[in-house]
Amino acid sequence: MKINRREFAVLGAGVSAGLAMPAIWTGARAQGQPIRVGCSVSLTGALASTKNSLIGYELWRDDVNAAGGLLGRKVELVVYDDQSSPAAVPGIYSKLVDVDKVDLLFSPYGANLTATVMPLAKQRDRIIIGILTLASNDRLKHDKFFQAAPWGPNGAEDWARGFFDLAIANKLQRIAIIAADTEFSKTAAAGGKRVSEAAGLKVVMNQVYPPTLNDFSAILRNLKAAEPEAVFLCSYPPDSTAMVRGLSEIGVGESVKLFGGGMVGPQYASLLQTLGPALNGIVNFHLYVPEPTLKFQGIEGFLTRYQAIAKERQVDPLGFYIPPFCYAAGQMLSEAVKATGTLEEAKLAQWLHGNPVETIVGKIAFNELGDWTERRVLMAQFRNIAGNDLEQFRQAGKQVVLDPPALKSGDLVPFAKARA
Amino acid sequence: MMRTGTFATIAVLLGAAGFLLPQVVANPYYFYAGYVVLQYIVIATGWNILGGYAGYINFGTSAFFGAGVYTSAYLMQAFEAPLVVQIVAAALVGVALGVATGYLTLRIQGVYFSIATLALVVVLETVVHNTEALGGASGLTTIGPPPPAWFKGQTQYVFCVMLVLALLAVVIARWIETSWLGRGFRAIRASEPAAESCGVPTLRMKLIACAISGGIIAAAGAPYPSYAYHVEPVSAFGLLIALNALAMPLIGGTRSWMGPVIGAVLLGTIQQVATVTISSEYNILAVGLLLIAFVVAAPEGLLGLLSAVRGGVRWSAKPARKPA
Amino acid sequence: MMLIDLAANALASGAALGSIYALLAMGLAITFGLLHVPNVAHPAIVVAGAYAVALANGYGADPLLAALLLTVPFYVLGLGFYTFYSRAFELRGRGNSLQSLTLFFGVALVIEIGLVIAFGTDLRSVSVPYVGQSLSVGFVTLPYRFLVPALVTPAVILALWLYLTRTHGGLALRAVAHDERALSISGIDPSSVKRHAFGLATALAVLAGAALIITGPVDPFTDRSLLGRVFAVVVLAGLGSIPGTLVAAVLIGVAEAFVTTFVSPSWAPGVAFAILLGTLGLRPSGLFGASR
Repeated sequence: MKINRREFAVLGAGVSAGLAMPAIWTGARAQGQPIRVGCSVSLTGALASTKNSLIGYELWRDDVNAAGGLLGRKVELVVYDDQSSPAAVPGIYSKLVDVDKVDLLFSPYGANLTATVMPLAKQRDRIIIGILTLASNDRLKHDKFFQAAPWGPNGAEDWARGFFDLAIANKLQRIAIIAADTEFSKTAAAGGKRVSEAAGLKVVMNQVYPPTLNDFSAILRNLKAAEPEAVFLCSYPPDSTAMVRGLSEIGVGESVKLFGGGMVGPQYASLLQTLGPALNGIVNFHLYVPEPTLKFQGIEGFLTRYQAIAKERQVDPLGFYIPPFCYAAGQMLSEAVKATGTLEEAKLAQWLHGNPVETIVGKIAFNELGDWTERRVLMAQFRNIAGNDLEQFRQAGKQVVLDPPALKSGDLVPFAKARA
Repeated sequence: MMRTGTFATIAVLLGAAGFLLPQVVANPYYFYAGYVVLQYIVIATGWNILGGYAGYINFGTSAFFGAGVYTSAYLMQAFEAPLVVQIVAAALVGVALGVATGYLTLRIQGVYFSIATLALVVVLETVVHNTEALGGASGLTTIGPPPPAWFKGQTQYVFCVMLVLALLAVVIARWIETSWLGRGFRAIRASEPAAESCGVPTLRMKLIACAISGGIIAAAGAPYPSYAYHVEPVSAFGLLIALNALAMPLIGGTRSWMGPVIGAVLLGTIQQVATVTISSEYNILAVGLLLIAFVVAAPEGLLGLLSAVRGGVRWSAKPARKPA
Repeated sequence: MMLIDLAANALASGAALGSIYALLAMGLAITFGLLHVPNVAHPAIVVAGAYAVALANGYGADPLLAALLLTVPFYVLGLGFYTFYSRAFELRGRGNSLQSLTLFFGVALVIEIGLVIAFGTDLRSVSVPYVGQSLSVGFVTLPYRFLVPALVTPAVILALWLYLTRTHGGLALRAVAHDERALSISGIDPSSVKRHAFGLATALAVLAGAALIITGPVDPFTDRSLLGRVFAVVVLAGLGSIPGTLVAAVLIGVAEAFVTTFVSPSWAPGVAFAILLGTLGLRPSGLFGASR
């Protein structure tokens, strides 16, 4: 049996046309052509809730272009869907670099997806901005990697350190650590354990659970029995919900003064709205909350514009968590290009290492690994949440910043008291 | 059916062409995309030996693939074993896993077998999650020694390695098809009791099919750590591998070795192209609709469609549409 | 004392969870268990059902009540779905499991993306007054968001069992599962019986969807993590046994809860499947299936 030649030729032609198309655009590229910035975004699959990052990029592009572009050229985004699959990422970034010939790169979302890009970025010596990735550069030490998220130096272990600092400052002695079995959670839990032990706290429970677990009553019972004063929880949206529900259903006991820390989920509008008052008292990490201590230049205008687009695209209506940092990632690039007047990556990297950048999420300075020199992960306490109205989360005073001290907008209210 | 001489010539030529390719094609992207397509040729071919020839539908292809990925990642991490050793070891692990699956499911047939293989994926994934030496959920970063200079880059190197694996897999599949093994497998597919009563050692045949199929699929996973530089359970045991492993032979045709190859090239290429052209939700939607369309319009795959058209059989009220 | 306390609670929450698994698997127990159609799109239909329930809940409807009403359109949807399926193969006599598997995988992908396009990718949930509260009996505490959906299952199973054993339609359905040709000789059209059964299974999916979304939030890709477990339940029960589904599911739920409590939560996902593999090795027809 044979496939006849004509059929194969037709197929082949279709396929090569598809592959060659972008090559044709780039073939005609000249000085007046746009500056291309490329990345993958998880539009589908398990990480699809992070696709609002795209709005951050688009608004940055629009703002840069409205102000006349960079070096007199327009900025253009080249974005592909990585389907939340690390296996798809190397091919996509090779396409961006080798075929689309993009000038600058953002990383995919998160550490697991980015791990497959970093070797390529280092081999090709390309500048790349990390999008909420954690410790992605600790091993390769690529000198052209810059982090858009405020995890700070030694972020893998220390990003949630503010929580432990709060425990220490409030003289809490017994701590329980519960983490989902994922990179982001586990390393933070390990770091937290180290910090606690160094400060002389007693770790009374240290538990890892699989991200697919849907019943937390057993864990909560074990937790209650351990009588902790602080509970550090590193969870993902579905399990964050289950845990917060469990707080009212099963309870955690009277001993707990401080609860939360590393829960992913209560940053998003959908969970805030679902959980409502059940969140009161929880102290959790965030990257931005509308408190008076966080009035950065341009953030409010950004969020207003974001929220209009988000409504239309049915993505997170608040946009506090990821999009501002994607916009800031863009600002890091555009500020460096403006300051150096070039697209030469060595010069851009050198400039970014040497000069702090003013962004909508504040002033950022980078260390030699491209991490922020200062950790600026917020530990914020939910207070006075009433009902399930989303609007209240846009007001100050609902998520009070307790740490870092420089951005503090209030003091810790013990867990039980804040829930009463 | 192609003559053995012609087949061997084409195989050797393809292999040689592949090794010259890095000298001719400068753009690494085509090797990235090509690697994925070749990987699926190996997986689909391996799957088809059990699924197409013997009629045992393996839902859990990703268990074998993942076992291969982690075997080679571990060897790379712990002993800095060269790629060839990784591949051989992965294939052996795949064979062992195949035999174990075969033994465990000796007495069960049909969909029960499929469900058992599905369970295997979850069990293996749970084990990997709980094994510190395999990196748990964080995975392992696997950066090996630089590839031989001839290949001009890591991707070109693993592409050529995968090409060799693909050729080997196809040679094995073709050999099975024409040998006593293939006849035995086909007898099992047609009717297990009938085959048994005709003196076909069905249980042993089934074990052999599981072993060969498992070995080939696991071998397909072995170069993955060198390709992606990072392995973690989600992509190693991903649903996509299992889905493609059964969709590709179905699209090509499950009766001959050529079917999975055609299916893998076609669907694999479409997926690669769609990823960088459509690149939105509609990409997956297109794949879903394509699968439905194929099952409805060409249930015996392209090869079946082709032979139906050649034979002049009008098998549907609507005239059969030729591909492309 | 502590130990008994933990064990009793593990038993209670495991049983509740298992009961919910049974509801998720019920539609599949009909399509796969009785009709031998490997509907891998079933979890996706369940998630679609959950979205429909969430939509109704947005207008203030109680999720379970809404689900009960939604069974009607879902039943009709199921009829249409089966008509398409049988047109695609069964009438041509070409159906084999590889083709149906691929078809249903395709359908599952289409449903997922359909949900993404219609509702976006954020987690969806419902608001009901009893979420966040729990029932305490002695030292056993059970959240209502598990208890309420868990109580739906026995009711559904009872209704289904009565239907299958006491009515003509039910007898015909079981007859189709048993021997299709004999049924057609007796003057009943097997394909209309099957279409009806498929409608029934799809209607059950919306009830399961309500149970799922009461327990916790869902997103369009939730079906992927359900797929393995529902198949495990159906096969463990033994094809065709409806009450067996509940027993098998509770067994899995309790085993998972005990492993979570006394070993480590990180081993829990493997438990269901280890039980399944063991059963298949020792007793291939499942716990309650007739030996084949």
